[in-house]
Amino acid sequence: MDTPLLRLAGLDKRFGDRAVFSGVDLDVKRGDRIAIIGASGSGKSTLLRCINFLERPDAGRVILNGEPVGAERQRSGGTETRYDEGSLNRLRQRVGMVFQQFNLFPHMTALGNVMEGLVTVKRMARAPAGERAMAELARVGLADKAEAYPAHLSGGQKQRVAIARALAMEPEILLFDEPTSALDPALVGEVLDTIQALAAEGRTMILVTHEIGFAYHMATRVLFLAEGGIYEQGTPDEVLKAPRRPLTQAFIAGHRRFSF
Amino acid sequence: MTYRWDFTPLLDNWQALAMGAVGTVRLFAVCLVLGLGFGLIVALARRSRWRLARWVSIGFIEFFRNTPVLVQILWFYFALPMLVPVEITPFTAAIFGISLNSAAYSAEIYRAGIQSIEPGQWEAARAIGMSGLQTLRRIVLPQALRRVLPALTNRGIEIFKMTTLASVVAYIELLHQGKLIASLNFNPLEVYTVIGALFFLFLYPLVRATYALERRLARSD
Ligand SMILES: Nc1ncnc2c1ncn2[C@@H]1O[C@H](COP(=O)(O)OP(=O)(O)OP(=O)(O)O)[C@@H](O)[C@H]1O
Ligand SMILES: [Mg+2]
Repeated sequence: MDTPLLRLAGLDKRFGDRAVFSGVDLDVKRGDRIAIIGASGSGKSTLLRCINFLERPDAGRVILNGEPVGAERQRSGGTETRYDEGSLNRLRQRVGMVFQQFNLFPHMTALGNVMEGLVTVKRMARAPAGERAMAELARVGLADKAEAYPAHLSGGQKQRVAIARALAMEPEILLFDEPTSALDPALVGEVLDTIQALAAEGRTMILVTHEIGFAYHMATRVLFLAEGGIYEQGTPDEVLKAPRRPLTQAFIAGHRRFSF
Repeated sequence: MTYRWDFTPLLDNWQALAMGAVGTVRLFAVCLVLGLGFGLIVALARRSRWRLARWVSIGFIEFFRNTPVLVQILWFYFALPMLVPVEITPFTAAIFGISLNSAAYSAEIYRAGIQSIEPGQWEAARAIGMSGLQTLRRIVLPQALRRVLPALTNRGIEIFKMTTLASVVAYIELLHQGKLIASLNFNPLEVYTVIGALFFLFLYPLVRATYALERRLARSD
C-alpha cells in the first residue's frame, strides 16, 4: 500500500546542452490527480513525456509499482540505464496518454482507433475487442460515432475518442498534455466533463493544463514547474490560492488578471 | 504524297503480336512487384537505426537512379556472365535492370511518404504500447502509401513503358515483335502506330483502376 504507483527519482532531461529540468522527484499514489502548471517552455510536456518514455530521461529513474523501468549497467564513467523496447512497450500499456493534438489515426474509424491497441498490442480477437471498444466509446458518450472517421468529428469528439483509446488499454495512470488547448472554447467543456468523470471514478492521473480553474477543482495536488524543476507544489488551495514563492505568485496573478 | 494504310500484314501476324503482348505483360508484372516491393525494403533500410543499412540503401539508390536502365540491361545480359558463371536470359537481364531502377526510384517515394506522416502518429501508437514495427505496419504505412499512391502509379506506368527496353536483348515483347514485323513487311507506320495504341489500351484502364483505388481510400476524409 505504501509503495507509490509511480515514482520519479532524480529525473534529468536536456536537449543538447540546454537542461529542461534536473533532479525531479515525484511520488504518485493510486487515486492521486496531479495538475502540472507552469509557463510555456518550463518543461511540462517534457516531464510528462519522460514518464512514458516518448522522451528518454538523461538521468534518474521512473519506477512503476516499485519496479524501476530499464536496467542499470556499470560503465566506465558511472552507471548507465538501458531501456529495451519490450519493457517500454509494456510500460506504455500501463500508462495511457492523451495529447493536445488528439493524434487520432485518421485512416481508422472512431471504433477502429479505440480497438487498435486491443487488437494489435493486447492481441484480442476482433469481436471482443470491438465490444470493449464500444463500451469505452459509450463511456465518453460517443457510441453513436463509432463508425465515423476522425475527419468527420469535432475537436471535442476527437479528444473524447482519444481518451477512449487510452482507456481501452486499462492503464493504471492517465497522462493528459493540455487536452483542451487545441479546442474551440465551446468544446472545452465536454472534454473537461469527461476528465472529471474519470476523476470521480478514482483514476490516477497527471494533467498538464492551462485551465487553472479546472486544475483547482479537479486536482489533489498541483505542481508548478519553473527554473528547471518543481518550483512549488501543494494542494490546489496552497499553490493556486496562496502561492508562497515569487514565480508562482506572478504566474497565478497573471492568470487571475482577466478572471471575473 | 498519299500513303495507303494497310493493316493486313499486322492482322496476319496477330499471333506474333499476341506473343509480344504476353511478354510485355509478364515482364511488367514481375518488375512491378519486385521493383515496388524491393523499393519499400530499401526505403525502410534507409531509415534504419543501423548505419551500415542506411549506407547500403543510399548507395543503392544513388547508383541505380543515376545510371540508364538500358545500360543496366545490357550490362546484366552481356557483362555479368563474364564476371560470374551464370546464365542470364534476356528476361532475367530485363528484370534486373528495370526492377532495380524502379526500386531505387520508388524507395525515394516511400521515404517521402513515411516522412510526411506527423510525429504525433508515431507517438500516439507508441503511447498505447505498439512496437516500432507495429506502428509502421498499422499506422504509418497505410497513411503513407495512400499519400504516395499517385506517385507510385506514375512509377508503375514508367515500368510498363520501360519493358520496351528489353527489346535490346531480344526479349520477346511488343516492341520487339513490332520491329520484326515492320522489317519484314516494310510497314513501320502501321506497326508503330498499332504498338503505341496497344500500350495506351493496356495502360489507360490500369490507371483508371488506380484512380478508383484512390477514391476508395479517400473515404476516411
Ligand atoms: N524535441 C526537442 N528538441 C529540442 N528542444 C526541445 C524539444 N522538446 C522541447 N524542447 C525544449 O524544451 C523546453 C521545454 O519544452 P516543453 O514542451 O516541455 O515545455 P512546456 O512547458 O510543455 O511548454 P508549453 O506550455 O508551451 O507546452 C522548451 O524550451 C522547448 O523548446
Ligand atoms: Mg507543452
